[in-house]
Amino acid sequence: MGIEGIGARALRKEDKRFITGKGHYTDDHKVAGMHHAAFVRSPHAHAKINGIDKSAAEDMSGVVAVLDGKQLTGDGIGNIICGWMVHSKDGSPMNMGAWSALATEYVRYVGDAAAVVIAESYEEAKAAAEAVVVDYEVLDAVVDAVEALKEGAPQLHPEAAGNLIYDWEIGDEAATDAAFDGAANVVEIDITNNRLVPNPMEPRSAVAEYDDAEDHFTLHTTSQNPHVARLVLSAFYQVAPENKLRVIAPDVGGGFGAKIYIYPEEIVCLWAAKRAGVAAIKWTADRSEAFMTDAHGRDHVTKAKMAFDADNKITGFKVETIANLGAYMSLFSSSVPTYLYATLLSGQYNIPNIHCNVKTVYTNTVPVDAYRGAGRPEATYLVERLMTTAARQLDVDPAELRRTNFVQEFPHQTPVIMAYDAGDFDATLDAAMEAADYKGFAARKAESENNGKLRGIGMSCYIEACGIAPSAAVGSLGAGVGLWESAEVRVNPVGTIEILTGSHSHGQGHETTFAQVVSDRFGLPAENVQIVHGDTDKVQFGMGTYGSRSGAVGISAIVKALDKVEAKAKKIAAHLLEASEGDIEIKDGEVLVKGTDKKLGWHEVCLGAYTAHNLPEGMEPGLKEGAFYDPTNFTFPAGCYICEVEVDPDTGVSTIQQFVAADDFGKIINPMIVEGQVHGGLAQGIGQALMEHAVYDDAGQLLSASYMDYQMPRADDLPDFVVSHHETLCPGNPLGIKGCGEAGAIGSPPAVINAITDAIGHNNLAMPASPHNVWKAIHSA
Amino acid sequence: MAKVEMTINGRSVSGVVEDRMLLVDFLREERNLTGTHIGCDTSQCGSCVVHVDGKAVKSCTMLAAQAAGSEITTIEGLASDGELHPMQAAFRDNHGLQCGFCTPGMIMTAVDIVNREGADVDEQTIREQLEGNICRCTGYHNIVKSIAAGAKEMGSGMKEAAE
Repeated sequence: MGIEGIGARALRKEDKRFITGKGHYTDDHKVAGMHHAAFVRSPHAHAKINGIDKSAAEDMSGVVAVLDGKQLTGDGIGNIICGWMVHSKDGSPMNMGAWSALATEYVRYVGDAAAVVIAESYEEAKAAAEAVVVDYEVLDAVVDAVEALKEGAPQLHPEAAGNLIYDWEIGDEAATDAAFDGAANVVEIDITNNRLVPNPMEPRSAVAEYDDAEDHFTLHTTSQNPHVARLVLSAFYQVAPENKLRVIAPDVGGGFGAKIYIYPEEIVCLWAAKRAGVAAIKWTADRSEAFMTDAHGRDHVTKAKMAFDADNKITGFKVETIANLGAYMSLFSSSVPTYLYATLLSGQYNIPNIHCNVKTVYTNTVPVDAYRGAGRPEATYLVERLMTTAARQLDVDPAELRRTNFVQEFPHQTPVIMAYDAGDFDATLDAAMEAADYKGFAARKAESENNGKLRGIGMSCYIEACGIAPSAAVGSLGAGVGLWESAEVRVNPVGTIEILTGSHSHGQGHETTFAQVVSDRFGLPAENVQIVHGDTDKVQFGMGTYGSRSGAVGISAIVKALDKVEAKAKKIAAHLLEASEGDIEIKDGEVLVKGTDKKLGWHEVCLGAYTAHNLPEGMEPGLKEGAFYDPTNFTFPAGCYICEVEVDPDTGVSTIQQFVAADDFGKIINPMIVEGQVHGGLAQGIGQALMEHAVYDDAGQLLSASYMDYQMPRADDLPDFVVSHHETLCPGNPLGIKGCGEAGAIGSPPAVINAITDAIGHNNLAMPASPHNVWKAIHSA
Repeated sequence: MAKVEMTINGRSVSGVVEDRMLLVDFLREERNLTGTHIGCDTSQCGSCVVHVDGKAVKSCTMLAAQAAGSEITTIEGLASDGELHPMQAAFRDNHGLQCGFCTPGMIMTAVDIVNREGADVDEQTIREQLEGNICRCTGYHNIVKSIAAGAKEMGSGMKEAAE
């Protein structure tokens, strides 16, 4: 590995351990005296607990404790919180129901934990959990958000009358209504965004260790943000003070949002280790538990209409959404259908008037929270299906209707908070149309027709908001935390470097890309740079990885710390070389005086900092700097996706013939890794469009709770992807990075459905476009 | 309980296991070979694929006792003398992994595909034969490229060995 800076397709530093089986995931972690936890989970979607008979379980072999929710709350463990306060339009705060890590009086979804068994072995814990007898009084359940709002629906929480969490709005309703009064055309759509299960391949896991001599806890956990986990476990759940709790997120096998949150199992394992007096407790979800307890995603029902003038310019957009948040409010759940959704309803377009009303609802289902894209896929699906529907209704080409309405000048203030800072929407649309041979579609369609197949083409021009987020801005919108990032650059006396970051890598390749940034700055080989993350004892604090923030925010913090290191190194070099500080340059691993042959090796300057024999007067020894970076704005990745499908009218099977992505992510550190992020995002978005669906029956049983029932995209469901990049730099951060982690999942579902509806010739099709649903749509025309 | 003896990654091992113990649990818990992963409970995901007597097997579908007398190769045993197996190298060189969790099973399946289909296996065949392995990160695009490249490399190795 040589010097591979910004823009290089550097192979990943972390790969060797993964391809040789030496990755270290939480479930691989074993300690002496480790016990195992098994949870007693409700088989009912809604029930009152009249009692728990633990006696049989307690007598079973290997069992050391059977614990319940009353013991948990009795020990002062706090309720699980939602960390983002959203107010209803009448000014009242959201109606948050109490959520105990183990249920005390009621269970509210299938999988809700009523008790936990701690035993010497996994098998003993599982067997004993089945012997715990919970006396459930079964209550009526409601799983559909629209039904839950109706009068007479079963009620979940006394704090939330009518199951309503909040009734929120954004935008100017009167101005938007006026735009419709004067419209030349109005286009309406009813749309459902199907409920999904994130499904990182590594199930969630926790190993809680308790050292009774020091009264100190260590938690290994599958987390995207171990520092936030420690903060919340300490400050809100009172598991242990922060200085007595170390949280480690080692190798984590995918997150996609589902591993942001601090779940009941982590809380219970920590608490139970101390209470049961054991050295350590491990819990690892089996896949069924993952389906039943990992926060789900999406699940919106929306009615919307868009007003156009006689020149096909959009004059108004009105949206009413009902979002299902499940049985309890998960950590960021309130922000997803509001500030991460409705603020993106302007899409890539000039829309002078937007009004959106969002009601969020409790139901007897798994809690819903951010899943790859989080709110932005729901916004994009609505806007982009509506644009294509409008083009058909107005009888114009979908590309031309979009072009007519594109934002052309930046910065652009939308009517829904966001101020777009940079972009070139024509460029990505042109690139995608070129790559997709848009002009040649008619000939390909004719050929398909000759073969008895229906061919369709669909596009989606998405924009999203990343770089989450300016702390003061999100604070004013109700966030309970700031969303900056921290970094520390430790230069060793020999010149090698450790970067400590609050970002967390669970597949994104930070050990490579972050090292490339350092390599680029000082001309050092990437193998001389070590990235340290995921351990609260090593890294002081950080906000973690989600919302495509590690590049735009995490790397920006590193750059800020590198600036400080560079400045100090130059001061030392200027002193040693008897030159002016302004003439010092660091290049190719050397520290030079510009225009002369005077120079020092990088390692000599570093050693000089630590020997401290000859430093500028008053300078502290050492070369180590830290920085906190707080973004000044969101960043706005955008692009255009074009999907071409062939539908078999006899079977309803849709086959993707071609999928083209043209993205603008701003500055790219490693194109190979960015393309990989796009591929993965596209697969998840196409999965949502064609096959994935979390289905409950009316009694609240999750019917799709295994890989036999929930259709995950497999290799032969997907095409090769055609991916390209078109860079406009983000003006808001030092390198111009926008973020790339979620775009694929955000932009692709409407492209797929627009293509299938184009093929079948009408718009009455909901996701997932399974063969059955497509066949029904064809035959309902 | 049953006493089992088998060869794992070229080394003879023995152990006394519960009759119901799965091969994957024997590998992970008794032998500490944690490179073989568990990603589901319905034998769908393929994270636990190992080679049993040279053939790819989901180690969650087999009892440890059933593997008695067999030769097992896990991801930890694929590289030899410090040299990566060509398929491991191909996954690294083609960015065929992200989080790494499905990767050991993918690589073990890939080697089996090439053993059966030969070095010129085409991308459509690779996609079809990955039916039993789920990846949530890569969209399979680079996994398919990795396997095609690894197949070619394995092919040239086989040819060299033959010569």
